[in-house]
Amino acid sequence: MDGAAPLVHARGLTKRFGKATAVDGIDVDVAPGEAFGFLGPNGAGKSSTMRMIGCTSPPTSGTLRILGLDPAADGPRIRARLGVVPQQDTLDTELTVFENLLVYGRYFDLPRGVIRPRAAELLAFFQLAERAGERVEPLSGGMKRRLTIARALINEPQLLLLDEPTTGLDPQARHALWERLYRLKQQGTTLVLTTHYMDEAEQLCDRLVVMDGGRIAAEGSPGELIRRHVSREVLELRFADGVQDHLDLGVLAGIGDRVEALPDRLLLYADDGDAAAAAVHDRGVRPASLLARRSTLEDVFLSLTGRTLVD
Amino acid sequence: MIASLVASSALGGRRAARLFERNLLVTRHIWLVVAAGFFEPLFYLLSLGIGIGDLVGQVEVDGRLVDYRAFVAPAMLAASAMNGAVFDTTFNFYYKLRFARTYDAVVSTPLGVDDVALGETLWALARGGVYAAAFLLVMVVMGLIGSAWAVLALPAALLIGFAFAGAGLACTSFLRSWQDLDVLQLAILPMFLFSGTFAPLAAYPAGLRWVVQATPLYHGVELLRSLCTGAVGVSLAGHVLYLTTMGVVGLAVAGRRIGRVLLA
Ligand SMILES: Nc1ncnc2c1ncn2[C@@H]1O[C@H](COP(=O)(O)OP(=O)(O)OP(=O)(O)O)[C@@H](O)[C@H]1O
Ligand SMILES: [Mg+2]
Repeated sequence: MDGAAPLVHARGLTKRFGKATAVDGIDVDVAPGEAFGFLGPNGAGKSSTMRMIGCTSPPTSGTLRILGLDPAADGPRIRARLGVVPQQDTLDTELTVFENLLVYGRYFDLPRGVIRPRAAELLAFFQLAERAGERVEPLSGGMKRRLTIARALINEPQLLLLDEPTTGLDPQARHALWERLYRLKQQGTTLVLTTHYMDEAEQLCDRLVVMDGGRIAAEGSPGELIRRHVSREVLELRFADGVQDHLDLGVLAGIGDRVEALPDRLLLYADDGDAAAAAVHDRGVRPASLLARRSTLEDVFLSLTGRTLVD
Repeated sequence: MIASLVASSALGGRRAARLFERNLLVTRHIWLVVAAGFFEPLFYLLSLGIGIGDLVGQVEVDGRLVDYRAFVAPAMLAASAMNGAVFDTTFNFYYKLRFARTYDAVVSTPLGVDDVALGETLWALARGGVYAAAFLLVMVVMGLIGSAWAVLALPAALLIGFAFAGAGLACTSFLRSWQDLDVLQLAILPMFLFSGTFAPLAAYPAGLRWVVQATPLYHGVELLRSLCTGAVGVSLAGHVLYLTTMGVVGLAVAGRRIGRVLLA
């Protein structure tokens, strides 16, 4: 935050569905030009938060300002400047690929003459140009996803909301999208996204929060989060079938900061992975494989929520 | 104050028009279905006119005898205005609201729930208006118009469409499954048959007349029949009030209920 008024400003933001609390009093600020991420396990409240920010779900309580405006009073004015990629594709199944972009652009009151060239460019970029005249239904899952993303860009939004944008995309399409998002950010577009992929979060996000059970468990840049919550390196120990179940973890006590047991491997957090590997060997533990690597957001996530990102 | 109210409602109208545009585009893909909407009441009229019309001969309307075909044609117009509006706002609307979830994307643009309700109503009206105009033209050609009041038949048909569109949207916002739609259909068919459509009110058993008079289609049929045959009286105001109230209340309920479905 360097003084500029935040585009998203939430204090004590809460969403309840009946008795269940999906979002439990979170505080969030997103500055203009920033790329901001929500990470968290299934059911953490990411989509509920995104929908409130997108002004399609009224908060149960708390303060919310988007682009400096109150969603309850200025919903249409706010939404005019947003681009929204929902977690589930919501394409218009009665229209063709091109018509989806045309009609959506018209909802933003754009003249047809403006929409046509933009649609052509977006369809070309997202490799949908050959399918422009076809109905949406028979498209593959990844193609539908690409069209949903293209659609969100038709009004050249100031604030782009992406809820798990790359789920279902092949690696090539993912990287193309990352590039596009990076370029949009360079041009001043503010990005708010959720993801289960930590490489995506590391690539795209200046700052992110880890959500769990509707609350914010940690906040910072990817680098900060790693420094604050895990050691610099991680040693991964894999064993032959069944061996890990009978291993007494006490034997590893004192090596590194902490041991995390996953179903298929042990993670040993240590500032020097190679030294830790030597220490493991000295104690007579013989894993089938040993790998020392730098800590990632995945490890932060694991240590904060006790769960892996993709479950 | 008033200026800003007018400005905001004009803006609302313009946003609702975008949904109208979307429906127009969809129509291009299903033009055959759309064209069928015109022929249905026409087939009814022709079969009834040629078949039953010859048997029945003349019917008394407001103390005057009119040809059976001239008697039944305005009722077919009213029924087709109803059917068009009901189909658009129940089956079609349910599909877009719950099944295809078309509006989930719409409300993430500047358009809101009110624009959806208004846009769909306008759409149902426009489509119904085109059918009604075509049907009236057929009535003129067949010599079934007996009064200059018939120039008001088109707006009257639109009013019937408005009433049923509002009620249809409101009902649909409560539906939870396709089966519920069948139940709704079960209410429409008897209304089509027993709202003074094929026989004058006097022909019904005395104990059942109030039931007939309570149905909205009865008011639509009476309204159009009066205008087309020239049997115009103060009772028209009552029909207009009934139908207007139905549309306005339906739309208000729909606006609120649709909000709960779309903006969870
Ligand atoms: N419309 C709704 N009605 C009732 N409960 C809901 C609704 N939407 C979300 N919830 C509940 O709110 C909680 C948070 O859901 P949300 O979709 O925000 O999670 P998420 O972090 O996006 O999860 P995922 O990673 O699976 O997408 C869940 O317990 C969910 O069941
Ligand atoms: Mg989600």
